[in-house]
Amino acid sequence: MSKVEPDYKTITGPDEMGRFGKFGGKFVPETLMNALFELEETYTKLKQDPSFWSELNMLLREYAGRETPLYCAEQLTHRLGGPRIYLKREDLNHTGAHKLNNALGQGLLARKMGKRKIIAETGAGQHGVASATVAAKLGLECKVFMGEEDIKRQELNVFRMKLMGAEIIPVSSGTRTLKDATNEAIRYWVSHVDDTFYVIGSVVGPHPYPMMVRDFQKIIGEETRMQILQKENRLPDLITACVGGGSNAIGMFYPFLTDEDVILRGVEAAGKGLDTPEHAATLSLGRPGVIHGAMTYLLQDENGMVAEPYSISAGLDYPGVGPEHAYLKETGRVQYTSVTDDEAVEAFQLLSETEGIIPALESAHAVADAVKSARQMDPEQIIVVNLSGRGDKDVASIQQRLGGGAR
Amino acid sequence: MTSIIERTFSIVDKKPLFIPFIAAGDPSLKATVSIAKALQESGADMIELGVPYSDPLADGPTIQKASLRALKNGITLDDILETSVHMRMAGVTIPIILFTYYNPVLQYGIRRLFERFESSGIDGIIIPDLPIEENEEVKTWADHTGKPLISLIAPNSSERIERIASQADGFIYCVSSLGVTGERKKLHPQIHSFLQEVKQHARVPVAVGFGISSPEQVAELAPHSDGIIVGSAIVRIIEKNEETLLDPETRHLALAEIKTFVKHLYSGVL
Repeated sequence: MSKVEPDYKTITGPDEMGRFGKFGGKFVPETLMNALFELEETYTKLKQDPSFWSELNMLLREYAGRETPLYCAEQLTHRLGGPRIYLKREDLNHTGAHKLNNALGQGLLARKMGKRKIIAETGAGQHGVASATVAAKLGLECKVFMGEEDIKRQELNVFRMKLMGAEIIPVSSGTRTLKDATNEAIRYWVSHVDDTFYVIGSVVGPHPYPMMVRDFQKIIGEETRMQILQKENRLPDLITACVGGGSNAIGMFYPFLTDEDVILRGVEAAGKGLDTPEHAATLSLGRPGVIHGAMTYLLQDENGMVAEPYSISAGLDYPGVGPEHAYLKETGRVQYTSVTDDEAVEAFQLLSETEGIIPALESAHAVADAVKSARQMDPEQIIVVNLSGRGDKDVASIQQRLGGGAR
Repeated sequence: MTSIIERTFSIVDKKPLFIPFIAAGDPSLKATVSIAKALQESGADMIELGVPYSDPLADGPTIQKASLRALKNGITLDDILETSVHMRMAGVTIPIILFTYYNPVLQYGIRRLFERFESSGIDGIIIPDLPIEENEEVKTWADHTGKPLISLIAPNSSERIERIASQADGFIYCVSSLGVTGERKKLHPQIHSFLQEVKQHARVPVAVGFGISSPEQVAELAPHSDGIIVGSAIVRIIEKNEETLLDPETRHLALAEIKTFVKHLYSGVL
């Protein structure tokens, strides 16, 4: 792939077509076009409206518990004997992951648009829980589309959503996972577009979603930037974050894009290995295509049929990726790499042992990348890991995998 | 030059034209050829040939399942182009329009696909997830080869109607109601005024589809449209007769049922 010259001036957003370079756009049925334009128009107006942001910021502070700490992981640093490692503690955000930042933003937006009904798709259940939470808090009616396979795997999150009053819509089409839940949510939206707001959980989907979700998540990077300057009086050398759809990564990277000395690295799920068909490494092994309304990198066969991704982590188990990531890959500004199931589980245990922090399996991929990178870096360097979520939801499956006995 | 698709509307002495949809390769490519022939014999004026896709997000359960049945047979776009040739050899003379999602087109190559249309007997294309904002490259090749890209208009397209209609070729595909494909009891309450508005801006014929499955609906829509598109209702008969259609010995039984259904569907008009 030839590298195009990065143009940091245009990096501040998609163009008026919703494109990041050649990626993004709106590849949806005509029935949704006016809804997307209406959403874009409302959002563009609210973006300039200080009262919208002050309400959102109040909720993020008082309800979600922001800002989240930037924590110096001294034991982990010591264990690896390399650069100082900081963790951005999105796992301490209310509901246990960064997902709430976006769900709150879109929930407020839905209310401003006079829509009392929201729908959401979910894989592992984190975005479903965040959406159900916001619906309860803001008095909205919430339907969550979830693949039958995932409903089985994520019982606890299904119950959390129900507890907060959301209705779970089981999806039995296709492979019964996140991609099909998203298809079904889009289909439902096409039929109910006049009174329903679709809360998309990642920086994917048609414009304006990738831009909007990024804007709601960039608080992660903005806080991190301030915190690291306070603590270290300089920027980090490396920032690493896991990428499924890519919302925590974009949120973290975005405020650092013009800091050319900071290496930004997105970590995809290599599953059972890139030399096997069982992975979810879209940017490493996919090629450009269209999924869920956007032109982006896509895991697909030679006929353009969407491939079935695999990862031990249900949140990274997605065949597409946010179009802005596709663009950042082509410009070369962000490096994309991948980590296997085994490496992620190893990192999951390592962080638990050294710091008493059980990370989400998704976030464990970023930790694993930090572990690898630390070996090639000096003690005076700094790594920031975006710890996008906590691991409670994964404990049962890890217990099964490790046969009950932690080491 | 006007396309064969557009000319068909003026040549055929019938209103509205009958445009059935079938999924290529459901339940087999051989059956698809026979079904197309049977549809022509029962009065189809054009045929929409669906390219099976893994993620058909504009389709309801009936066509999703048809897609899956066809994909299980490993059907590719090349197979479908070849099947179109077989349909021509079997005596199918009505226009054949490819109905496909955008990604398979993109992966095949837009230019490469359009360049194969003439020799494959394909007369046009419908891409439900390619709105006018994104259709420039496809439109360029459609214009260049004279194989029109059919545009869709929805009941909520409002101020977009004029813009879409002004660039439309072949015919305009009006979506009868908000939602995905599939049979429904009720069409959009403002369907007549919607079709009327589209006609005001249209330079090409106006057809309507999505959810049409009964003679009453056809009769109701007939005075307001130049063509009626019926998909899921026919696909459901194919689904029910999967085994019968796969066996060359019994295939004619299923084909007879399809013919009977089409006659019934059009009984209020003809």
